[in-house]
Amino acid sequence: MRLTCPLCGPRDRREFYYYGAAVYLDRPAADAPPEAWDEYLHLRDNPAGVTQDLWYHEQGCGSWLKVTRNTVTHEILAVDAVSAADAAEEAR
Amino acid sequence: MRIDGKGRIDRTRPVTFTFDGRPYAGYRGDTLASALIANDVRVVGRSFKYHRPRGILTAGSEEPNALVEVVGPANQTPNTRATVQELFEGLVARSQNRWPSLSLDLLEVNDLAAPFLSAGFYYKTFMWPRRFWEGIYEPLIRRAAGLGRLSGKHDEGVYEKAWAHCDLLVIGAGPAGLMAALVAARAGADVILCDESAEMGGRLLSDEGQIDGMPAADWTAAVLAELASLPNLRLMPRTTVTGAYDDGTYGALERVGLHRSPRPNLPRECFWRIVAKRSILAAGALERGIAFQDNDRPGVMLAGSLATYLNRYGVSPGKRVALFANNGSVRATARSLKAAGVEVVAILDSRPDAPDEPGIPVHKGATVLRARGRMGLHSLSFAHEGRVHALEVDCLGVSGGWNPAVHLTCHRNGRPRWSDELAAFVPMEGAVPGMRVAGAAAGSFSTHACLASGAEAARESLAALGRDGGALDLPRAEDAPYRIAPLWTVPGKGRAWLDFANDVTVKDVTLAAQEGFRSVEHMKRYTTQGMAPDQGKSSNVAALAVLADATGRGIPETGTTTFRPPYTPVSIAAMGAGGRGAGFAPQRFLTSDQASRDRAAPMVEAGLWYRPSYFPKPQETTWREACDREVRMVRETVGVSDVSTLGKIDVQGPDAARFLDFVYSNTMSTLPVGKVRYGLMLREDGHVLDDGTCARLGAQHWLITTTTAAAGLVMRHLDFVHQAFCAGWQLRFVSVTEAWAQFAIAGPQARALVASALGRAPELGFMGCAPVTVQGVAGRLFRISFSGEEGYELAVPTRFGEALFRDLVARAETMGGGPYGMEALNVLRIEKGFITHAEIHGRVTAFDIGMEKMVSGKKDCIGKAAAMRPGMQGAARAQMVGLKPLSDDVITAGAHLFAQGVDLGRETSAGYVTSVGYSPTLHSHLALGFLANGRARHGETVRLVDRLRGVDVLCTVTSPVFHDPKGEKLRA
Ligand SMILES: [Zn+2]
Repeated sequence: MRLTCPLCGPRDRREFYYYGAAVYLDRPAADAPPEAWDEYLHLRDNPAGVTQDLWYHEQGCGSWLKVTRNTVTHEILAVDAVSAADAAEEAR
Repeated sequence: MRIDGKGRIDRTRPVTFTFDGRPYAGYRGDTLASALIANDVRVVGRSFKYHRPRGILTAGSEEPNALVEVVGPANQTPNTRATVQELFEGLVARSQNRWPSLSLDLLEVNDLAAPFLSAGFYYKTFMWPRRFWEGIYEPLIRRAAGLGRLSGKHDEGVYEKAWAHCDLLVIGAGPAGLMAALVAARAGADVILCDESAEMGGRLLSDEGQIDGMPAADWTAAVLAELASLPNLRLMPRTTVTGAYDDGTYGALERVGLHRSPRPNLPRECFWRIVAKRSILAAGALERGIAFQDNDRPGVMLAGSLATYLNRYGVSPGKRVALFANNGSVRATARSLKAAGVEVVAILDSRPDAPDEPGIPVHKGATVLRARGRMGLHSLSFAHEGRVHALEVDCLGVSGGWNPAVHLTCHRNGRPRWSDELAAFVPMEGAVPGMRVAGAAAGSFSTHACLASGAEAARESLAALGRDGGALDLPRAEDAPYRIAPLWTVPGKGRAWLDFANDVTVKDVTLAAQEGFRSVEHMKRYTTQGMAPDQGKSSNVAALAVLADATGRGIPETGTTTFRPPYTPVSIAAMGAGGRGAGFAPQRFLTSDQASRDRAAPMVEAGLWYRPSYFPKPQETTWREACDREVRMVRETVGVSDVSTLGKIDVQGPDAARFLDFVYSNTMSTLPVGKVRYGLMLREDGHVLDDGTCARLGAQHWLITTTTAAAGLVMRHLDFVHQAFCAGWQLRFVSVTEAWAQFAIAGPQARALVASALGRAPELGFMGCAPVTVQGVAGRLFRISFSGEEGYELAVPTRFGEALFRDLVARAETMGGGPYGMEALNVLRIEKGFITHAEIHGRVTAFDIGMEKMVSGKKDCIGKAAAMRPGMQGAARAQMVGLKPLSDDVITAGAHLFAQGVDLGRETSAGYVTSVGYSPTLHSHLALGFLANGRARHGETVRLVDRLRGVDVLCTVTSPVFHDPKGEKLRA
């Protein structure tokens, strides 16, 4: 398996650390109800098909990446740096 | 026998070798198989189950019979295919699966018991009674099972692994692969051409055909010479591409040193991971047999191998040869043999409309009924036009057709497609993204078709790479049609073999179907067909044709079993090259490493680091004596310890303080410059992630430390929080763990030692930090303590670490102090109730360790929402306590805690012990642990029980701080 890091280019999966579903990017507000935190912390889908998850380019640039891939065909559909989206949000 | 004037062997370079202890001679360029054939050795092994004598069946890596042990000075490699093993001077090979010898094998009795050893024998026989499983059945099965033997010693051989990248990977260097590589390389693409054989050319080396009016072998040599001259093409002979993986990654095994006398440091094998933008599979086709009675007799071979042995190695397995085929591919072989002076007695062609062959009798519509000759074929009987005939031959070449080598196209869950025209499975195009299939692997069998499809595949691959293939005149070559009339088995009495390697007969497959194992996957497991080292390369299709027939379905409906990597066996040693012993994990060494070893300190692993355990004195006989002395030394004078393994992260920027407030549970932004604060990090689920110190070096400049164990984890966590939640904030941070060497100086004399090293008294209050100059080197001084004594940590750039350590230790010794190691460090912190990852093991909250006040109520932080939830604090939780035994007995970490008087059990366990040590300060064993509602139970007596190590001790529950509870020494 290979991932194309937006900064470093195509690299073997051994350079990356796998974390889990990209849901972890959607942190609830500090005062959100317990259900929201429960969902955020503990509940995950297990899709056969397109999924988004987080990978860390640990042996590269240190970027956290949101990878869109298909669990059935193993296709990698997109690799985005999580900071790019967030920084754009912040600027607006 | 050797045939004069034939073959590509080097007759000027004779080579001697032994097989089963007997010396033989061959030539450079021989395989072990061809050399054995040259020496008229017919029986080379015994079959797996019935121990029937077996000879060489094929000339390639698909060989099921000729598996031998190759014995080297440091290795013994079982199941080596004699057809692949190249001959070298001094090669020692042994046959397998026989006792006491190849000619007399006592387990051949199994062959007589064959009626009882049919498919599913093990499943049926070794079931009852149940009490026989372990004592009787298992040893029995284990003794009979397995093929070759290992040496039982460590494999001291050298192995390599490596990466390669290219535009185009061409797999197989026969006519299609050579043509593809030539077209692609001429167009400028970066090409790797792999072939599993020592010499490239594939079947062009076995054929006597012509290409462009010259012998195929000459054309091959010219192409290879051109390819070798191109800088953008890499030739990788002796390299088998074994697997196709995601995103253009391929596994390949190169035989680097297996074909020559062993030399020190020469790798035996190299496991390659090849990353290719595109690939062309040109792996050719594998011949299959036809099953008839006793078709496993030595001397019955696949017909194509006879041409290979003759034209490539200059040997013939027989003097009087017959050929039995259901297709036209044996005709060229027959002509070659005849021209070389081998007597070709007959062609038994099962096709009634088969063509004639000048000078060779062709029996059209004939089928072989039986082979005779237990230790070597001497005759056969065949049916022709309703009558049975006998034929005296010492070799029979059989061709039941050719199977395209579709294996790699199926490694990503692809399934091959059945072709009625070829009576074989052909690859499904597009099964592996980026891979094209060419030549015989795609079902194009003539030389012309191979050359054309190789060129076409290259052009398409080049187009995908954005390159132009250019114009090319295709070389002229034979284009004979491949006509096959399927014939899988010849009906008759007796046993007819399908899978030679696992001894599976036609009857076994039929029986499996009768007993309900109708799915091809069930049949495979029930009969073990296709499960031997050869993975059924020459038997799978015939076996499923028999199954299809027995179940009344067609072959496409029956389907194939799953093709999985590797294509041929890969040694674990090659895949794990470099990972043995010290190579298993990286090693990290402190700058003080040599200084510690100079003092005979035993080193202990801490993550990847090696740290000194203790520094023994000459009169000390146990580690405890050294540890106790070092603890007393720190408590009474001064000790020096290397603490550089702690993670250090440099954080800078206008938003650094804001960020630290977010990742630490307590507030950092209020810390003045020149001060240090202890900090706690939580995971988002509310449990403790790590603890450490946070020093403010400037208004926008911070240095934080992590524990040794969690340094990588914390860095990853900080990167996540920053990039995911506050990427717009103005800050950057970087790990500086390896940039600084840092030493703890602790004890009542610590200040004096620091003053001596700096040349001036350190004007630093408790939890202060300041830049300092250490004998001309810019460093940093922190007043922090992990021992409970007055303590400093002095940091200098790594390159000065060793010098500073030696200097500090020398100064300490003049003051009655010295170095201390991990053991003393651990006792010192237990005496003070300081935590490590033994305590913050991932399931404890800030409340559990008594630090709930460190979760600030004034701000949000990672983990706060979860930490505030019910159940994350309260009396029901196990809380950190100290434990002091009532006796002198040893106590152990991992022990459980019980209230007195309760029955011991999982349900009654009230807590557990995380750290233990002997305190020379308090003259007692001490422990830290977690006890339900523990903070309210100080003074209570509990039972500490470790059933694994037989410990059962009464302990008093105490505060976790045993020594100097008010911290007066710390602040002195
Ligand atoms: Zn990167």
